[in-house]
Amino acid sequence: MLRMPPFTVLNPSTVDEAMEQMLAAAGEARWLAGGTDINPNLKHRLLEPQALIALEGVGELRGVSVNEKGWLRLGAMTTLTEVAEHAQIQAQWPALAQAASLVSGPQLRNMGTIGGNVMLDTRCQWYNQTHFWRKSLGYCMKKDGTECHVIKGGSKCVAAASNDTAPALMTLDAEIEIASGDGRARMPLAELWQADGIWNRKLSPQELLVAIHLPPTAAKHHGAYGKLRDRGSIDFPLFGIAVRLDLDDAGKIAHAALCAVALQARPWPLKKVADALCGTTPGEQDFLDAVEQVAALAAKQCRPMPNIPGDHEYRHAMVPVYTKRTLFAAAAKAGPVHHL
Amino acid sequence: MRVFRLQVNGDPLDVAAPEHWSLLEVLRYRLGLTGSKQGCDKGDCGACTVLIDGTPTLACLALPATLEGKDITTIEGLRPLHQKAGGQGVDPVQDAFDRCGALQCGFCQPGMILSTKALLSDNPDPSRREIQDALAGNLCRCTGYTQIFQAVELVADEVAGREPRKPAWAQAREQEIAAASPKEEPFQPEHGGQA
Ligand SMILES: Cc1cc2nc3c(=O)[nH]c(=O)nc-3n(C[C@H](O)[C@H](O)[C@H](O)COP(=O)(O)OP(=O)(O)OC[C@H]3O[C@@H](n4cnc5c(N)ncnc54)[C@H](O)[C@@H]3O)c2cc1C
Ligand code: FES
Ligand code: FES
Repeated sequence: MLRMPPFTVLNPSTVDEAMEQMLAAAGEARWLAGGTDINPNLKHRLLEPQALIALEGVGELRGVSVNEKGWLRLGAMTTLTEVAEHAQIQAQWPALAQAASLVSGPQLRNMGTIGGNVMLDTRCQWYNQTHFWRKSLGYCMKKDGTECHVIKGGSKCVAAASNDTAPALMTLDAEIEIASGDGRARMPLAELWQADGIWNRKLSPQELLVAIHLPPTAAKHHGAYGKLRDRGSIDFPLFGIAVRLDLDDAGKIAHAALCAVALQARPWPLKKVADALCGTTPGEQDFLDAVEQVAALAAKQCRPMPNIPGDHEYRHAMVPVYTKRTLFAAAAKAGPVHHL
Repeated sequence: MRVFRLQVNGDPLDVAAPEHWSLLEVLRYRLGLTGSKQGCDKGDCGACTVLIDGTPTLACLALPATLEGKDITTIEGLRPLHQKAGGQGVDPVQDAFDRCGALQCGFCQPGMILSTKALLSDNPDPSRREIQDALAGNLCRCTGYTQIFQAVELVADEVAGREPRKPAWAQAREQEIAAASPKEEPFQPEHGGQA
């Protein structure tokens, strides 16, 4: 039995009321969305806030809509099931629907939200453990200790970003709408991250993610998500990769982006992939050659560490495999890529 | 301590419990509804699955403070109403699990049955793949799942009024027997059957 530490739960109904409660708590409160990440972490005593502010009743955080300019707005409290099953998201932002569909299992997707997924705490096999387990080991630098068990003598926490939807959202140039004590702001999701496994976001825990905005995709947009994991369900990614290919009228790739996750503290956009892929035609030899080049680039740029479960050399060997498969899936308008 | 106004299995209840208790703790240790199982207590196993407004949800990670005004169904909510008492008898899903021998220790059953209820209410005739996807968040350490999937198919077949499909092993065995038995002429006793 794993009990949560004592806290109170506040139930605001507007963003303003929620912000007031957060500021009044002076750093002692945390947001509660679906609770599928924070509640296990509370049970493991990875945090012990005095209050949880439940976002359940805040209407503004709900809903999926597309505006007249074609931008998708996802309220932060939209569940992963809603994202995965939304017909328009599947058609126009396929990598996102696919990534959401591969998070965990059905019950957790019914509970877990897209906002909570973006704001997911980083994960490490030395951190996501009970208090008893961590204490026996003398703790680690992410919580209660000073040492790193992943990199002996390491001075920086390397717990891994493990949120499946983050890389998909990044290839889709997502922007996030934030509420804080100073009002509202909007920023590219790509600028949210920092290379620190202890806290991998540039926002404080008191700032509120209100919504995620995605620009419209090109008419010939192809996207896919690939996920390596132990079982076909429930498990966090051992490696995840999102692919975006935008084709021009002639069927040649005009824009390409790849972003990986479950490596280090930040989701990891791959560099120079567009150089290799642009100008090639899916289905033709030049595309096949480019895929080989990109797979080799991915293997160079993605270096799994022994931070999350799964042998890191095996995970590394799977990087080019999943990169290729996900590129082929995107080209064929198929996906997601995973094993059952 | 906070008084939660919860709707459990159709009954409106005022329950006093510490605010940091999970729904599972409230169900088991306040309401005595121990049908929802405490397996991993951290989201990995699905043994604590309940339906919130008909949607499968993990009670070990849900907080009662966010569930007021919602309809909570636990396995006890499917309690069989005895036919003698004017009820429908046992729930068809429970009955199918029973007839298919879809359990050994039974620990996963309440969660499996509730996930199945939710699946069949959206999709009364699911494919094997859809059944597997719907039950992907419920671990069973005993059965190997085959009989569980068969039980779901049995309910679907019976509701559709079809002849229940035979398990794959039974089909294979039938084919084996048919292939192995020699095609003999029907037995003709000598002397026209006269001794
Ligand atoms: C067994 C198990 C398996 C899992 N497998 C996966 C997996 O495969 N892939 C994956 O990506 N995740 C997985 N998860 C994690 C989790 O279920 C999902 O990431 C989910 O999307 C988290 O969302 P939530 O609404 O439940 O977040 P919560 O737990 O409510 O919140 C998570 C964090 O974000 C903060 N937060 C929430 N909403 C906001 C907001 N609007 N603004 C600012 N901060 C906010 C919270 O304070 C908290 O720190 C798994 C979890 C479990 C228990
Ligand atoms: S007890 Fe809730 S998922 Fe295991
Ligand atoms: S019957 Fe034992 S866990 Fe399923």
